[in-house]
Amino acid sequence: MATGNIPPVEREDYLNKHYGVGSWLFTTDHKRIALLYLISITFFFFIGGFFALLIRLELLTPASDLVQADTYNKFFTQHGMVMVFFFLIPSIPATLGNFLVPMMIGAKDLAFPKINLLSWYLYIIGGIMMLHCMVTGGVDTGWTFYTPFSTAFTNTKIVEAGLAIFIAGFSSILTGLNFVVTIHRMRAPGMTWTRLPLFIWAHYATSIIQILGTPVVAITIVLVAAERALHLGIFDPKLGGDPLLFQHLFWFYSHPAVYIMILPSMGVVSEIISCFSRKRIFGYSFVALSSISIAVFGFLVWAHHMFVAGMSVYAALIFSLLSYSVAVPSAVKVFNWTATLYKGSIHYDAPMLYAFGFLGLFTIGGLTGLFLAALGIDVHVTDTYFVVAHFHYIMVGGALMGYLGGMHFWWPKISGRLYPEGWARLAALIVFIGFNLTFFPQFILGYLGMPRRYADYSHMPEFQILNVFSTAGATVLGVGYLLPMVYFLWSMRYGKPASDNPWNAAGLEWQTQSPPTTFNFPEEPVVTWEAYNYDEIDKGQKEVPQVVG
Amino acid sequence: MAAHTESHNPALLHHFATEEQQRNSASFGMWIFLATEVMFFGGLFCAYLIYRRWYFGDFAAASTSINAKLGGANTAVLICSSLTVVLAIWAAQTSRRALMIGMLILTMLFGLTFLGIKGIEYADKFHEHHVPGPSFSFDHEEIPGNPGHYANPHHAQIFFALYFIMTGLHALHMVIGLGIFTWLLWAAWKGRFTPEYHTPLEIGGLYWHFVDIVWIYLFPLLYLIDRHT
Repeated sequence: MATGNIPPVEREDYLNKHYGVGSWLFTTDHKRIALLYLISITFFFFIGGFFALLIRLELLTPASDLVQADTYNKFFTQHGMVMVFFFLIPSIPATLGNFLVPMMIGAKDLAFPKINLLSWYLYIIGGIMMLHCMVTGGVDTGWTFYTPFSTAFTNTKIVEAGLAIFIAGFSSILTGLNFVVTIHRMRAPGMTWTRLPLFIWAHYATSIIQILGTPVVAITIVLVAAERALHLGIFDPKLGGDPLLFQHLFWFYSHPAVYIMILPSMGVVSEIISCFSRKRIFGYSFVALSSISIAVFGFLVWAHHMFVAGMSVYAALIFSLLSYSVAVPSAVKVFNWTATLYKGSIHYDAPMLYAFGFLGLFTIGGLTGLFLAALGIDVHVTDTYFVVAHFHYIMVGGALMGYLGGMHFWWPKISGRLYPEGWARLAALIVFIGFNLTFFPQFILGYLGMPRRYADYSHMPEFQILNVFSTAGATVLGVGYLLPMVYFLWSMRYGKPASDNPWNAAGLEWQTQSPPTTFNFPEEPVVTWEAYNYDEIDKGQKEVPQVVG
Repeated sequence: MAAHTESHNPALLHHFATEEQQRNSASFGMWIFLATEVMFFGGLFCAYLIYRRWYFGDFAAASTSINAKLGGANTAVLICSSLTVVLAIWAAQTSRRALMIGMLILTMLFGLTFLGIKGIEYADKFHEHHVPGPSFSFDHEEIPGNPGHYANPHHAQIFFALYFIMTGLHALHMVIGLGIFTWLLWAAWKGRFTPEYHTPLEIGGLYWHFVDIVWIYLFPLLYLIDRHT
C-alpha cells in the first residue's frame, strides 16, 4: 500500500546533518537518542534470547545433561533480568516513544533533551554492570530476587545485579518524567487532549507507572543489598524480618511493570489498526481512558503473585477480585480494535500482520491471566509452565509483537527507506508460528504439572514431546527475530527511498519529511483536525492535512 | 516562532516556544521528580510502619536510645534553612543580589550544621554498638512503660537498620542538595538570576523543601515513639 512520490534529491535530515561518533554520543536530538536506544536494546535482546535458547536446549531432554542445575538457574535468571529490565521495559518507550512522542504532538524535542541523553547513559552503565555480573558468575535467584534466598543463602552476585537494575531503573524513571512533562507542556497549538494519538495516551499511562512504581523497586533493591551485606534482619524470618514484605514491595513495582511493557504496545496497535483499516478508531475516548485505568488498576493487583506465599485468605480474595478488574479496560481495547476493523478496508501489510498477531496472542495471554487471578486455579498452576506460558503470551506475544509492528510501521519515517514488504510479511508469519509452537505447549505442560525453573524432569519423561515442540518453536522464533534485523539493516543502504507518508497515514509525524529534520517540522504545526481522520483523508474531501505555519 | 527569535533570551532553550513554557516545564518536571522521591521514601516508611506496629515495644526501647534533643535541634535547623531558601528566591524576584547570595550561603551553612549534628548522632550510635552488623548489641534494654521486660535485640536491630537507612538516605539527599546549592550560589554570583529568570533557584528550592519535609516525617516517627522521659 506504500504510495507517494520519492523525494528528488538528498535533503538535510537528522541523520545526515552531523557526522562522527561525537555527534551521536553527545546528541540531544530525541530521534538520535531513540536510535542509540534501538541499537542497545537490540543488543540486549539477543543476549536475553541467547539465554532463552540455552534454556530450551537444556529442556530438550528430560535429564539435566547440557548443564548442571546450578548453571541452569543462572540461565533463566539472566534471561529474565536482561529481557525484563534491559529489553522489555525500555523497548517501545525508549525507542519508538522517544522518536515519536515529540513528533506526534508537534514539538521540536522532548522537554528535557539532556536528561533524555542522561537516561541512555544510565541505561548503558546499568547494562555494562549487568554484563559484567553475567560474565563473572551471574545470579541464580530468578529475576525476582526472593528473600531470604537472595539475602542469606545464594553466593552469586546479587548486589551487583541489583545495582545494575537500580541504575537502569533510574533511566526508566527519567524517560517517564520526560514524557509526562512533554505531553503536558509541549503540545502544538490545537493539539488538545482529545486529539492526541492513542500512542501518546498509552505512553502517558506508561510514564505514570514508571514514575510511581520504579522508585519502590529501587528502594527494595537498596534494602536487599543492605540486608545481604550486614544481615540486618529486615527480610530474614530468623531475625524477626518478613520475607513477605519483600514480595509486597517487589511486586508493587514488578506487577505494574508488566503494564509498562504492554501499554506502549497497545498504543502502537491502535495506530496500526486505524491506519490499515482506513477508519477512525472506534470509541477513541474509551481506548484512551482504558490506558489510564489499566495504569491505575495495575497498581492495585500486585499480591496476586503471592496467593500461595502465606498471605491472608481475605487479602487474597480482594486481590483476586481486583485482578479481574484489569480485564475490563483490556477488553475495552480489544473490542474497540475489533469494532474498528468492522467494515474497514483492511490492508494486510506487515505492520498490520503484527497487529493481528498482537490481537490474538494478547487475548490468549489476557484470558489465561484470568485463570491465574482465580484463587483455586492459581493454587493448581502456581510456579508451573502455565504461568510461564501466560506471561510470555503477554510480554512476547503482546509487547514484542507490538514493538515489531511499530518498528515496521515507522521504519520509513525513522530511516527514510522502505523495508522489503515480502520478507517482512514472511517474518511476521514465522514469528507468529514460532511463537505459538514455543509457548502453547507450555500451557499444557503447566496444566499437567510441569514446574518452572527445573533443569531436570526425568521423573516425568512423558513431558518430553511437548518440550521438543517448544524448543523447535523457539528455534523458528529465533529465525523470525533475526530476519527483521537483517532486512532493516539491508534496507538502510539498499531499500527504496520512502516518501514522507508512505502509508497515507494520519498523524503529525507523517506530515513532515522522512527522515525528519533535527527540529522535526519546518514551522510549528497548528492542528485543526481530529485524530485518525481517515474518512476525510480517503474521501479526498480534504488533502492529507498539511502543516500550516 | 519568529517572535521568539527577535526577543531572544539566552536562557531560552531552542526547543521551547516561550519562556513561560520553559519555566512551567522545569518546575513541573521537578514536581514529578519529587513524586518519584515520595515513592522511594514511601517504600521505606511502609516497611518501617509495619515493623513498628509488630514490634512496638522493641522499637520504643530502641527509639529512646537515640538523642531526641539533637534530632529536635536538627528539625529547627532545617526549618530555618527552608526559610532562607524562600528568602533567597524572594531576593531574586526583587533584584536584591547581595541578600540572595547571603541567604544561599546561610542555607548551605544550615545544611552543613544539620549534617554535623547528624554525624555526632551517628558517632554516638557507633560507640554504643547500635550500628547493625556483627558488633551490634542491644541487651537488657528495658521496654519503656513495661518494667522488667527487655527488648528483643533482633527486633531492635531492625529499628536501627531502618533508622540508618532512612536517615542515611535523607543525609545523602542533603549532600546532593548542598551540591545543587553550590552551583546556585555560583550562578547567583555570576549574576545569572534576574526577576524574570530564576527558574533554577525555584526548582532547587523545591528540592530543598522536599528534603526538609522528609525530615519532618522522619523525626517524630523515629525519635518520638512512646517517650516518657
